[in-house]
Amino acid sequence: MSLKIKQDHGRFKAIVRGKIKQNLRKFIQKGEMIGKQGKELITIPLPTIDIPHFRYGAKQQGGVGQGEGEVGQSLGPGEEQPGEGGGKAGEGEGQHILEVDVSFDELAEILGEELQLPKIEPKGTDRIITEKTKYTGINTVGPESLRHFKRTYKQALRRQIASGTYTPDRPVIIPFREDRRYRSWKMTPLPEAAALIVYIMDVSGSMGDEQKEIVRIESFWLDTWLRHHYKGLSSRYIIHDAVAREVDRETFFHTRESGGTMISSAYKLAAEMIEQDHPSHSWNTYVFHFSDGDNWSADDTRICLDIVKERILPHVNLFAYGQVESPYGSGQFIRDLRESYEGEERVALSEIADKEAIYGSIKDFLGKGQ
Amino acid sequence: MAAFRNRSLPPRLADLEQEIKGYAKEFGLDFYEVIFEMLTYDEVNMVAAYGGYPNRYPHWRFGMEYEQLSKGYEYGLSKIYEMVINNDPTYAYLLESNPEVDQKLVMAHVYGHGDFFKNNFAFQHTNRKMMDEMANHATRVRRLIDQHGVEKIEDFIDRCLSLENLIDYHAPYIKRGLSVDLEAPDETPAQGLRNEREYMGQYINPQTYLDELERKATEERERTRRFPDRPQRDVLLFLLDYAPLEPWEQDILSIIREEAYYFAPQGMTKIMNEGWASYWHSTIMTTRALRDSEIIDYADHHAGTMSMRPGSLNPYKIGIELFRDIEERWNTGRFGREWEECDSLPERRSWDKQLGLGRQKIFDVRKLYTDVTFIDEFLTPEFCIEQKLFVYDYNDKRQTWEIATRQFKAIKEKLLHQLTNFGQPIIEVVDANFENRAELLLVHKHDGIDLKVDHAHHTLQNLQSLWRRPVSLYTRLDGKSVILRFDGKEHSEHKADL
Repeated sequence: MSLKIKQDHGRFKAIVRGKIKQNLRKFIQKGEMIGKQGKELITIPLPTIDIPHFRYGAKQQGGVGQGEGEVGQSLGPGEEQPGEGGGKAGEGEGQHILEVDVSFDELAEILGEELQLPKIEPKGTDRIITEKTKYTGINTVGPESLRHFKRTYKQALRRQIASGTYTPDRPVIIPFREDRRYRSWKMTPLPEAAALIVYIMDVSGSMGDEQKEIVRIESFWLDTWLRHHYKGLSSRYIIHDAVAREVDRETFFHTRESGGTMISSAYKLAAEMIEQDHPSHSWNTYVFHFSDGDNWSADDTRICLDIVKERILPHVNLFAYGQVESPYGSGQFIRDLRESYEGEERVALSEIADKEAIYGSIKDFLGKGQ
Repeated sequence: MAAFRNRSLPPRLADLEQEIKGYAKEFGLDFYEVIFEMLTYDEVNMVAAYGGYPNRYPHWRFGMEYEQLSKGYEYGLSKIYEMVINNDPTYAYLLESNPEVDQKLVMAHVYGHGDFFKNNFAFQHTNRKMMDEMANHATRVRRLIDQHGVEKIEDFIDRCLSLENLIDYHAPYIKRGLSVDLEAPDETPAQGLRNEREYMGQYINPQTYLDELERKATEERERTRRFPDRPQRDVLLFLLDYAPLEPWEQDILSIIREEAYYFAPQGMTKIMNEGWASYWHSTIMTTRALRDSEIIDYADHHAGTMSMRPGSLNPYKIGIELFRDIEERWNTGRFGREWEECDSLPERRSWDKQLGLGRQKIFDVRKLYTDVTFIDEFLTPEFCIEQKLFVYDYNDKRQTWEIATRQFKAIKEKLLHQLTNFGQPIIEVVDANFENRAELLLVHKHDGIDLKVDHAHHTLQNLQSLWRRPVSLYTRLDGKSVILRFDGKEHSEHKADL
């Protein structure tokens, strides 16, 4: 039985969705919700949608409570009135923090709507499409090899009984052409747009915790968006200082190394990875590189540019470079990239000054719909 | 109740119902016919979200309630045991999955509520056919939605709800006096220019000029005459009468107002009502209905209902303890002049006049009091100490809430303040032609606590959208008198004295 309240419930959810939309910028800046993600749902804390009233401000108000305690004893910090919002249901109007579950898909949709991100067209006409055959029904025509014996027999039996030619003493059933039944099948195309994200992060001494937090938040959103478009998305992580190595997700976000920066090492590794494991005709590849833009030397930068041009760009949908501002970085690298790849479709460059800039940066990266 | 499948009680519970009802009658409880219905938790959550009614107009906030209730239930944080609605017959809901002892307890509790609804004076004006009325409201709103679209209607309901506490909570019980002009308007005829030579009179102040002056003066008097002539606390009624509303807007606003008045007595008697029902479930269960095997479960459940958490006041607990205290005091004769004037502690401790008036007294109290008068009259210093009551406040320096005092006077004052006017600030319409520009002026009767400013702004916006012309609110913020004004586009705030 469906309850009448479902309609109001749906309506409420729609409003919440709008609310999430309005506050998306705020949510994106905050990393906190990322920690909370479950398997398919993410929990977003949302202040109750409060209908405004003329009401008392809390601070001067206080109230009467019940329990042990000396005068002057604290009841708990913060703005909230203590003890409100609990107890037996139907009691008073408390101020609740409402938590809403949103699925990743929905989150991506909201993200897309709000940032006006173009839908991604998986590249290549010869995407792998596996077709799955499934016998779904019965048909009156078909190849003899698929004749459904039981159904055919039944049909013939039915006809014979109806027409009175069936004698129980001599139960011979002779199927006619019209009695024959065949299995019918359906082909379901399973598009397998395989996608790969390669995250590269500079973990040299100049990348502080704050910078990494930015990378973490931003890659969460990039992940969410791309996952929405590709089934079977795989991610690989590369960290580098003067040398590069592939790591797992956990390490990626939590390592802090020190030392110099040779970006070319990471690009080389990424290029090898793509060439060996992920041939471009069947993979949609995305490379996101985050750094503070301080490379070892101009020579190395030149090598980088070459690798990007010859070994990475031809194989990827998007090569994105995000430069996180740090007090130590010179930020030269983005200028070099910009000089070389001005107007290149597959290159997205973005400077991320602080957490607030993440919002814009996501748009820089994904706004091209590559 | 056609929306539900068959909800009548299974035979076992129907027997229990008869049994408990018998005890309730035996104790002298007096209620309308009570109809129990059995609901699944999903249905209970729905009905609770609707405020107890199976049929309400569509609105998202019910969905929000539902979300919270069902989450709370799923996570095992809260569970609704009982729901009763003030109606004739009185409807009450039982949760299907509850164990039998809980059902008994709930039934006993419900008869307490039923008695309270029927007898307490605050409920005498409520519509006892509200079940039907709510359904009618739902139909009316649905029809309006069909005509005008859900967005438009919902938006308007939101705005009305924002104003729903601006009603006169005591209006049903008093006749507000008809308008009487206390100050006679200044009717002295116009004097004209100063003239010390009488013979020049008709030249300095010719009759036509005097007539002109007279006319202007009359106009001026007309103009300054306030409308409404005395402050109106029922702001919703005022809007219904005088705001330029479309018929459908009128309809919705009147629905919201009617429901607000219907629910008001329940807000005004929260402590008493829950206390009374708890008193009776406790009495009926412990003296009559409880079987030996059920004692542990009952005690556990009862303790859960009565539990207090630091920093919050449980109306069930305060209510039941106060009723018990009253019963005890009137049984032993601890009231009246002799008791008040007795200074000897040992004597007071062993005071017992064997009056046995307790039961009768609490029945009288449940009829004639609301929370405010209940607390005012029966809260005693002894009670506050026994119940460990305290006042808490916000400490700005330490940024925390803390226990401020345990003094009786302070506790009583705070409690009464929380209960007065339903815990809502008192706000009245004072002038519907403010500044002679058909603007609406409301006055907040400041009683030491400022309004929440962001809420006030939004509420003003909603008010303005109904009044159509700019609206102002006179209040005090941080010790200064101010007028908050919203003109339809932007907010302004300026110092002002009325």
